[in-house]
Amino acid sequence: MATLTDPDKESFKLSMLLYDTRYRSMTIQVIALIGFVSIVFWLISNTITNLNNLGKPVEFGFLFESSSYDINQRLVEYNSRDSHLRASFVGVLNTLVVAFLGCITATIIGVFVGVARLSKNWLVARIMTVYVEAFRNVPVLLWIVLAMAILIEGLPAPKAFRGENATASLEVFDSVALTNRGVYVPEPLFSNGIGDVALFGQSSLRFSVSLDLILIVAVLIASFSVSGWIKRRANRIQDSTGDRPTTWHLRLGVTILPVALVLWMLGFHLGYPELKGFNFKGGTHLRNSLIALWLALSLYTAAFIAEIVRGGILAISRGQTEAAASLGLRPNRIMNLVVLPQALRVIIPPLISNYLNLTKNSSLAIAVGYMDVTGTLGGITLNQTGRELECILLLMLVYLTISLSISGVMNWYNNSVKLVER
Amino acid sequence: MKKSFVLGTLAVAGLAAGAAAAGTLDDVQARGTLNCGVSTGLVGFAAPDANGEWSGFDVGVCRAVAAAVLGDAQAVEFVPTTGKTRFTALASGEIDMLARNTTWTFSRDVDLKFEFVGVNYYDGQGFMAPKELGVSSAAELDGATVCIQTGTTTELNLADFFRSNNMSYEPVPIETNAEAQQQYLAGACDVFTTDASGLAATRATFENPGDHVLMPEIISKEPLGPLVRHGDNNWGDVVRWTLNALVTAEELGVTSANVGEMSAGTNNPEINRLLGTEGTLGAMLGLDGDWAKRAIMVGGNYGELFEDNIGEATPIGLARGLNAQWTDGGLIYSPPFR
Repeated sequence: MATLTDPDKESFKLSMLLYDTRYRSMTIQVIALIGFVSIVFWLISNTITNLNNLGKPVEFGFLFESSSYDINQRLVEYNSRDSHLRASFVGVLNTLVVAFLGCITATIIGVFVGVARLSKNWLVARIMTVYVEAFRNVPVLLWIVLAMAILIEGLPAPKAFRGENATASLEVFDSVALTNRGVYVPEPLFSNGIGDVALFGQSSLRFSVSLDLILIVAVLIASFSVSGWIKRRANRIQDSTGDRPTTWHLRLGVTILPVALVLWMLGFHLGYPELKGFNFKGGTHLRNSLIALWLALSLYTAAFIAEIVRGGILAISRGQTEAAASLGLRPNRIMNLVVLPQALRVIIPPLISNYLNLTKNSSLAIAVGYMDVTGTLGGITLNQTGRELECILLLMLVYLTISLSISGVMNWYNNSVKLVER
Repeated sequence: MKKSFVLGTLAVAGLAAGAAAAGTLDDVQARGTLNCGVSTGLVGFAAPDANGEWSGFDVGVCRAVAAAVLGDAQAVEFVPTTGKTRFTALASGEIDMLARNTTWTFSRDVDLKFEFVGVNYYDGQGFMAPKELGVSSAAELDGATVCIQTGTTTELNLADFFRSNNMSYEPVPIETNAEAQQQYLAGACDVFTTDASGLAATRATFENPGDHVLMPEIISKEPLGPLVRHGDNNWGDVVRWTLNALVTAEELGVTSANVGEMSAGTNNPEINRLLGTEGTLGAMLGLDGDWAKRAIMVGGNYGELFEDNIGEATPIGLARGLNAQWTDGGLIYSPPFR
């Protein structure tokens, strides 16, 4: 009869950390981590010590001093008596505006070009190839500067609109002014507006939101949900009876009428640009710097997105297209219903990194004098206060936050279109 | 940890350089060249000519210092700086001195830790507009679009000026003078504002300078002068007294033409002290006795530098005005060489 005896209980010895393969890798990692942390700590403390020796201790008090400079494009109210923090906030909003506009335009152009590059039409495909190669292979800074130069030199100055023998005139029923200081378009105005709501009190991040806009958006959302309900009801009736009731007039009505009514009650009208004094007054002023930056960033990034879209479409096996065609679907619908939904899974991850690139590239704005956060916090504020390290650290934090937010949202979207596997 | 120490040293070298450079004079003499920060190109003050040779009023100061310290006016490495990069370049030790239309202000002197060694041009901020605009005074500029160089005191003066006069304006921030000129000429802004001397210099390069007017208002005080880092007083003294030597030379009538003759000895003891034939002023600075003589021989005294580069005989055509010697009713005044 065999007796089972426990093996000798192995006692833990310190040398096992090095000689026992079970522990060795952990030991090495811990030592490496300690080394890494101490190097980082040493670098930081060295920097702080040296800055202190230079008489420039790291502190952020300057952010609350008055900025003393003006910013031309401001989405929130700001003047030269506001703090540097407020000026940075104005800059962050300007960065977000150009990044948002750029991402949308780049996606639209990119998808269009990417699809067209696969076109069977020889000319269309070649033109798109030329576009992609031209934009992708020239630094975006040059495109930004070129766009600005074209806008400045190509469009007339406001004085050309003045006087009896004006050489330039307004476009689109006298409502849009194209000048070399920017484009002035009509602005929506409300004569019985219900005012604004101010958020964040007196802090540097305060801003106000138009209640008119909130009301219109709320009404639109309500209209669309009613319209969706009508559609679902029609589907139900069709499923049970085989007859689909005519719904287009109902759906059109519930979408348009409430909004039109609200607009009428708010006294909606357009404010047209008018030449007054040195410049056009009234209307919304899209500055040259914004247009040049927006255009160049969109066209540049669109070239990359086009390649991603093309790659995504090519990744869908030819059998899918052929199967759809044999079912009698037309090429348009094959693209929209069969190919693109599957291609999206391939397209979205690299698309995210292009959105991030576009946002980061928007920091080239200073080349055309667009006052983004690099221009305000990392430009004028840095220069007037001499707080290089603090400003650059804050700037990095801002871009990091924006980039992580974008990738967070896009990853969430990616998960929602991902192939669900069992 | 030897390796990480080396890497760490490299990484913070830029930051540490400012603190480490305790003896700039020794560094410059050991290196054999003077690194002088100038503007990226402002005709009359600092601009390279067709051969890449820098010349101008500010460049003259750099060359005078190089001649005094190194005995060679050509031993200057000119580092073009923009309004934004100039202070970082100086603070990090990339340049030994900055001679670039830089306004002496309290915060730059005290907070940014620089040492202004004197004033070589008393300036003020002005406005330039095309004649056809029909504007004769800056008070009529309500609603105008203003081109402005970003990162300068002019940006702040402009905000203050329009605010205190209750006028609105649209600032167009621009990085360099050349870009500002392009936008202004294309009509993308109504007026261009910077120091009056800079406006005159810019206008001189236009095809038709006569089509543009400078407005009579000067909205700020802009004392422009060379500066060095805080903390190296000896180097600050060298640059300060080189500038003073040029000013004193004009006051005493020492010119590039007669300095050789005068250095043989004169009846005026102050000239003798300046040119090193009497006393040991040069040795006190850590230089030899001929330092001032060499500085004056490069481009002449202060008055000669002014007339040759930006004076009324040049396309820039600036009058001496505030920048005349104190004996002629101006503000240019050097402490005595004693």
